[in-house]
Amino acid sequence: MDLRFTPEEIAFRDEVRVFMREALPDAIRAKLIEGRRLVKDDLVVWQRILNTKGWAVPHWPTEWGGTGWSPVQIYLFRDEMQQAPAPEPLPFGVSMVGPVIIAFGNETQKKRYLPSIANLDEWWCQGFSEPGAGSDLASLKTTAKRDGGDYIVNGQKTWTTLAQYADWIFCLVRTDPAAKKQQGISFLLIDMKTPGITVRPIQTIDGGHEVNEVFFDEVRVPAENLVGEENKGWDYAKFLLGNERTGIARIGISKARIRRLKQLAALEQAGGRPLIADERFRCKIAAVEVELKALEMTQLRVVAAERTRNSNKPDPASSILKIKGSEIQQTISELLLEVIGPYALPDPIPHDDGERWNEPPIGPDWAGPLAPQYFNMRKTSIYGGSNEIQKNIIAKAILGL
Amino acid sequence: MDFALTDEQRLLQESVGRLFADHYAFGARNRYRQEPEGWSHSMWQRYADLGLLGLPFDESHGGSAGGPVETMIVMEALGRALVLEPYLATVVLAGGLLRLGASDAMRVDLLPKIASGDLILGFAHAERQARYHLSDIAVGARRDGSGYVIDGAKSLVLHGDSANKFVISARLGGGQHDRDGVGLFLVDAAAPGLSTRGYATVDGLRAAELALTGVRVDEGSVIGPPGAAFPLIERAVDMTIAALAAEAVGAMAAMHELTVDYMKTRKQFGVAIGGFQVLQHRAADMLVALEQARSMAMLATMMAPEDDVHERRQAISAAKVQIGRSGRFIGQQAIQIHGGIGMTMEYSVGHYFKRVTAIDTLFGDADYHLGLLAESGGLVAA
Repeated sequence: MDLRFTPEEIAFRDEVRVFMREALPDAIRAKLIEGRRLVKDDLVVWQRILNTKGWAVPHWPTEWGGTGWSPVQIYLFRDEMQQAPAPEPLPFGVSMVGPVIIAFGNETQKKRYLPSIANLDEWWCQGFSEPGAGSDLASLKTTAKRDGGDYIVNGQKTWTTLAQYADWIFCLVRTDPAAKKQQGISFLLIDMKTPGITVRPIQTIDGGHEVNEVFFDEVRVPAENLVGEENKGWDYAKFLLGNERTGIARIGISKARIRRLKQLAALEQAGGRPLIADERFRCKIAAVEVELKALEMTQLRVVAAERTRNSNKPDPASSILKIKGSEIQQTISELLLEVIGPYALPDPIPHDDGERWNEPPIGPDWAGPLAPQYFNMRKTSIYGGSNEIQKNIIAKAILGL
Repeated sequence: MDFALTDEQRLLQESVGRLFADHYAFGARNRYRQEPEGWSHSMWQRYADLGLLGLPFDESHGGSAGGPVETMIVMEALGRALVLEPYLATVVLAGGLLRLGASDAMRVDLLPKIASGDLILGFAHAERQARYHLSDIAVGARRDGSGYVIDGAKSLVLHGDSANKFVISARLGGGQHDRDGVGLFLVDAAAPGLSTRGYATVDGLRAAELALTGVRVDEGSVIGPPGAAFPLIERAVDMTIAALAAEAVGAMAAMHELTVDYMKTRKQFGVAIGGFQVLQHRAADMLVALEQARSMAMLATMMAPEDDVHERRQAISAAKVQIGRSGRFIGQQAIQIHGGIGMTMEYSVGHYFKRVTAIDTLFGDADYHLGLLAESGGLVAA
């Protein structure tokens, strides 16, 4: 048992750190530090910088651009990238549909889709949730009926993150209405430009536009866009959701947010001295730091165990990472709200294109994004399988209840 | 970065696991508690035979030169079995002070006796006014000829009523709260002027109050640098906190397992209560708290020998915070989910609950260590 990284791992971490310092555009870094919203181009620019370096899709097989890194290296890479802080690559391509295509798609699909995912030439979104199928995802109703060489898709998806930019959507659709719930679902790749698709924005409580509704009205999808076998889509979805949870602890991001919190608490005055000098506030920060340290150790234990376990199946311990990681992100966002005190009050000035957080705020320069971010962070215990669903998984898969 | 145990460590884990499975069922523990000193001498001899009492000491001192990981393994097993014997007081705490700070002569003399089971030690440090402040020491030692004379009162000396000898901290100079001016002395339990009042603690273990009136010690009884022994105390206490964290994890894991098993067998409304989602989620929350605690016990174990005092103390404090919070949550929920049976003396879960409650009060509770951590700038550099 040894906490230290090997000299090779430390050298690797330093290499990543230097790269993040030198290659990440300052404007993007500043937005992330301040909590301002990124635009599409920020993600595209960053993804292409990563891809040029050969680090766009480290966890993929090497023949499709993966780096062949160990689980520890992948952990260190993510941690450094999050702490930079640099944008996380758009997960819908590199972490979700990419691995599904690699694991279950055919050669034609791999050649067609994987390179454009790695370079973010094509923007993917996720068509899973429906108005009547949230936590109970398997009750989804969107149908795909075979018609010659095509499927005809009808129905509605919702909570579709960044669909407003998307070129493609991967969808769970019901191909066998007679089959039992989890059976009869297929995994379909759909071009967003296909006639019959309508995207409608949903404004969230932070005032932002991240999520959308996507409507399908007699949308004709070539049958070659089916991934794997018909009616096996639920298995692929479970594989995908398991992958989603392993990176979900977001420890590096939380470290960067705590750093920001401490800087702002040193700038904010309370009763003639910096807020950071207030023992109660300092203890609140220390409390979340302890939780985060414990989570980091838990994450490292999961990473270390990955070396020895058959890692095609997600570790149920990843549910612990999801629950605790989301709670910690939320707690930090609460403290970042509290740090500005009464200047949480002014609603940041709206902007034509919805870029609300980029306007000069009322009060201190740094206040604007913090209340919206607090509201926005409530999503973390809902998405990726709500924390209640994670507890169901723990009860069933780990505790045998 | 590696969390796996070596083959030897796994062997140790198996053998202590077997020892307690064979000899430390809850009923046996109740019998041991009725013995004159409140713990079992025959078990103590078994620990000696298995090499547990010399675990951290050098081979030349009758030990096996085990490190913090070996201690963690043993302490976790002690926690699972709710062990009553003075292992922490003798081997980890006072034994740690001797191992790290005593003269060669003293180590050669005493460590083999600990290892063979012939010497029980107590660390007499805490005082009534000190609460959790480690350097708050009012007991004084004054120079007298070639030796020292110690006066004052020590409190909450773990297993102090069983100890043959004490390591006693006393102030040679400086103000009552200063880190400087502290000395450590080895004092025989039968020394003239030393009186001991033993009592049970809420967790079923033992402790003692010590009164010292003109207790004389000679030069050879000094441990560590006289007047500058505080860093030694801090080191030994940090190692002890790491050991306690492992013990607490053992107790928490046992409570969690008992609770989950109970949920599978206890029927109400015609079904096992484990089928109720409200209880499933509670059990899941307990597991999250347990794994967070386990992670921090591992961190404390690996950081306990760290030479950078700031880094070490931060990790130890963080671990103590997590252990205190997780222990309280898991203990309270374990009782709640068991219902009435969890409230009874005859059932084990309440005893685990009391042990983790006691552990929180040892060497600084969660709030105290959170304060230390906040004071020292926290874990994430701004």
